[in-house]
Amino acid sequence: MSSHDSINKILLVALSLCLVCSIIVSTAAVVLKPAQEANKSLDKKRNILEAAGMLDESRGVEEQFAQVATRVVDLRTGKYVDDVDPASYDQRKAAKDPGQSEALTSEQDIAKIARRENYAVVYLVQSDGGELEKIILPIHGYGLWSTLYGFMALEADGNTIAGLGFYEHGETPGLGGEVDNPRWKALWPGKEVYKGDDVSIALVKGSVDPANANANWQIDGLSGATLTARGVTNLVQFWLGENGFEPFLKNLKTGDV
Amino acid sequence: MDSVKETLTGPIFKNNPIALQILGICSALAVTSSLQVTLVMCVALTLVTAFSNLSISAIRNYIPGSIRIIVQMIIIASLVIVVDQVLKAVAYGISKQLSVFVGLIITNCIVMGRAEAFAMKNPPLASFMDGIGNGLGYSVVLICVAVVRELFGAGKLMGMEILPLVTEGGWYNPNGLLLLPPSAFFLIGLFIWALRSFNTEQVEEPDFKMAKHKPIEEGV
Repeated sequence: MSSHDSINKILLVALSLCLVCSIIVSTAAVVLKPAQEANKSLDKKRNILEAAGMLDESRGVEEQFAQVATRVVDLRTGKYVDDVDPASYDQRKAAKDPGQSEALTSEQDIAKIARRENYAVVYLVQSDGGELEKIILPIHGYGLWSTLYGFMALEADGNTIAGLGFYEHGETPGLGGEVDNPRWKALWPGKEVYKGDDVSIALVKGSVDPANANANWQIDGLSGATLTARGVTNLVQFWLGENGFEPFLKNLKTGDV
Repeated sequence: MDSVKETLTGPIFKNNPIALQILGICSALAVTSSLQVTLVMCVALTLVTAFSNLSISAIRNYIPGSIRIIVQMIIIASLVIVVDQVLKAVAYGISKQLSVFVGLIITNCIVMGRAEAFAMKNPPLASFMDGIGNGLGYSVVLICVAVVRELFGAGKLMGMEILPLVTEGGWYNPNGLLLLPPSAFFLIGLFIWALRSFNTEQVEEPDFKMAKHKPIEEGV
């Protein structure tokens, strides 16, 4: 036993073990990297298509994504920028980086995200003729326990909702987690965002009364999840409001992007 | 050959790592809300336990006693990273759901416990079998818990609808508590109760016995 416990022996065993293990780990990391990257981008494209309500399981994701153009928008001006590469731009990282984001005042920050990134990646779904069909916008904001990350899809008029979906959240399963319920998500398409110039879309307690004059700007709330529902209202209103994509949508309408 | 079979099947019911040794509870709570994720976790843990036992046992005569825990940790950690990388490459959706819990296999008491208790003292083949056996023991409990949680919590199994939910036009009103981690405590408790009712030798001696109630005169 004593020969095993000499300093030299200990160093020898420790060093050789570290060497062997590091070779195994790094080989695995390097060999598997391409497959991981491919999975990651496929997963993202899938989320985008799913949020827009156009995911067709029978066709490949890549094939469907071919008709989607990816652009970067400067949220301060609402115009496209070309010097940022959407493939390498990490929007979630940028939102935390003081150099790439702006702090929000407590009045502006209804979605409780503290900082808003300067650039956002948007996805434009085009018809075969190259005409704009849908606009997919990334949105995020705080619910009850967690930040919800998702996409909102608008029709080409920049007002009618085409779909909404969250790809990451940590809300209570069965209550706030019902934001993933396909039946609830199906309530969104066809609703409108802007009433005059104001963002009016909101979740209401209980069910929307179709006779109500505002019914077109209202979505059923989630029972047992008042705070998550409030969070969803706030984040949708923030991202479609003047600090979010409203300038971009206006520019898009006038063609001045 | 009998001893190999014994090391392999013993941990499933007789010496179950979760039910008897009460190890590895943390991941049993966290990953059991859906059966599919649970199955992947079970396979991952079984492989890591088996191969860490195998490699630790293979070099057990060269490991200096003073750094043996560190050596075990390095081997386990390397295996877990490899498993995590493979999962990310071949089963991305599931690896996203498992998130940190694959990484946390490193700290799973079962892996470390078997390495220290078994692999350090036994030859490689027996250690490998012991790893598989303990992985299976862990899997049995996790799968039972996951079946109950997913079936009665979400009305599904493997993501397929079994009990149509009220919210989707069916008749079954799901028990939301089952989707939350604490429910796994109750289920594991019930599992242990059932197991110990059959294998009464697993019942532990109580630490103390309540004395019978005596009239006051006798007490003073």
